[in-house]
Amino acid sequence: MVEFKDVRMVYKNTNAVALDGVSFSISDGEFVFLVGPSGSGKTTVIKLLTGEERITDGELNVNGFDLKKIRLRRLPRLRRTLGVIFQDFRLIDKMTVFENVAFAMRVVGAKKREINKRVPQVLELVGLAGYEKRRPEELSGGEQQRVAIARALVNNPRMIIADEPTGNLDPVRSLDLMLLLEKINELGTTVLVVTHEKELVNAFSKRVIAIDSGKVISDGMDGYYGYENE
Amino acid sequence: MRMSRFFFLLGQGVKNIFTHGFMSFASVAVITACLFIMGCFSLITLNIDNMIAEMQSQNRVIAYVDEDLSEEQARALESKVSKVKNIETCEFVTREEAMTSFESDYDADLFENIDSSVFRHRYVLSLTDLSLMQETKTDLENIDGIADVRAHLDYAEKFVTLRNIVSIVSVILVVTLFVVSLFIMTNTIKLATFTRREEIAIMRMVGATNGFIRLPFVVEGLILGALGGAIAYGLVALVYHLATQKLLAAMAFGFVVLVPFSTVALPLLGVFLGVGILVGVLGGVSAIRNYLKV
Repeated sequence: MVEFKDVRMVYKNTNAVALDGVSFSISDGEFVFLVGPSGSGKTTVIKLLTGEERITDGELNVNGFDLKKIRLRRLPRLRRTLGVIFQDFRLIDKMTVFENVAFAMRVVGAKKREINKRVPQVLELVGLAGYEKRRPEELSGGEQQRVAIARALVNNPRMIIADEPTGNLDPVRSLDLMLLLEKINELGTTVLVVTHEKELVNAFSKRVIAIDSGKVISDGMDGYYGYENE
Repeated sequence: MRMSRFFFLLGQGVKNIFTHGFMSFASVAVITACLFIMGCFSLITLNIDNMIAEMQSQNRVIAYVDEDLSEEQARALESKVSKVKNIETCEFVTREEAMTSFESDYDADLFENIDSSVFRHRYVLSLTDLSLMQETKTDLENIDGIADVRAHLDYAEKFVTLRNIVSIVSVILVVTLFVVSLFIMTNTIKLATFTRREEIAIMRMVGATNGFIRLPFVVEGLILGALGGAIAYGLVALVYHLATQKLLAAMAFGFVVLVPFSTVALPLLGVFLGVGILVGVLGGVSAIRNYLKV
């Protein structure tokens, strides 16, 4: 569950207003696209959700954590309820596929037995069974993004946040990836996809929140990419 | 923290050393170089200090007893002389012993027709603090029965000045080298950390605590620091061994008194390992501090 209430966010260094009175909520189990042009505030939304930045004003609650008051040492707890996927995959090159996914479980203190059981299950879910011993450099972009999804999923997060997940993929792989995210959502995980790929958004009948100049300009359930000037 | 997790992090630290081989090599090289310089300078200082102490111990004060006093009366002054402040050792020398000593030091023929009565009974004294020589001399001169006191005040002042300069310079150099090595080490590890910022960002993103992220770096710094310390110790031991051999061979008369390495080996190893580990761990912790703020 995510709830933005009249959130204002001003970067301290530059005094730039990144978000200005943003309000929306995402319920558990929803699939939501967050769209908008470059510099609209999409990245700031992700940074606020993951606790990398703090709101200046308003209220923000994520999976039961009050992000206005959260203490620094509680941030890892918040982040364990989230699975984040990036455009550039951010895999550790020197680790195998298995190790990259297992790494997320190591971090939260999972036992070896649990890791050995869970990682193959997740890799199978994302269509990478048999890829365990390969390294990221041996995989295609689409496959690397699937590893990133597996890593995001392996700790059973309540929510997946995908930041431009198809930015480095061709249209076919992009569609495959979105279908995979849809499948994950159907299994009960909330999914927030941040993107500016109009065709992809319009291909799915999902809720779309459009943001521009730090304000929400539309929030609809019809799967329509609400920002036309991209 | 669960033991399995602790060992996993230890393993990660060790693994990182090999994964980032060049940076590890650079870190060890920096620590080794700084400790080697620090060690060499400390040993030079120690030896200079030792030589000064040796020379100082030979710079004795002689208190001559009044000629009119018999040997027994002269000996009776010992309790007064030895009670004077700043006297470390006090040795009574009879006029006969003084003459024998002169005869052995110089040509015995010179003393052929000389009677020992030309010599005075005397006290040969060493001082605790050479800088107080003037006050001690005055105190000795004030004792009834002491006719004259001979003390090389100018030598004493020179020894004290030399010793002070050596001490100050050595402290400044050792502290400077420690700070420099800490600075270089921190920056070397910072450079290593910079290449791993993505890895750290991923760890943070999947919910790693700061302790979890920090521990492998601490382990890495600890191992690299200890390794640097051990290598520097080996190098210093080798160089000291070779240098003392050459020096003793060159100084055939042996008036140079060198500190044997065995007497400083253990403390030196302790300091090297301690400083190496301290620098390594502090370097590791400070290098990743910036990455752990959010």
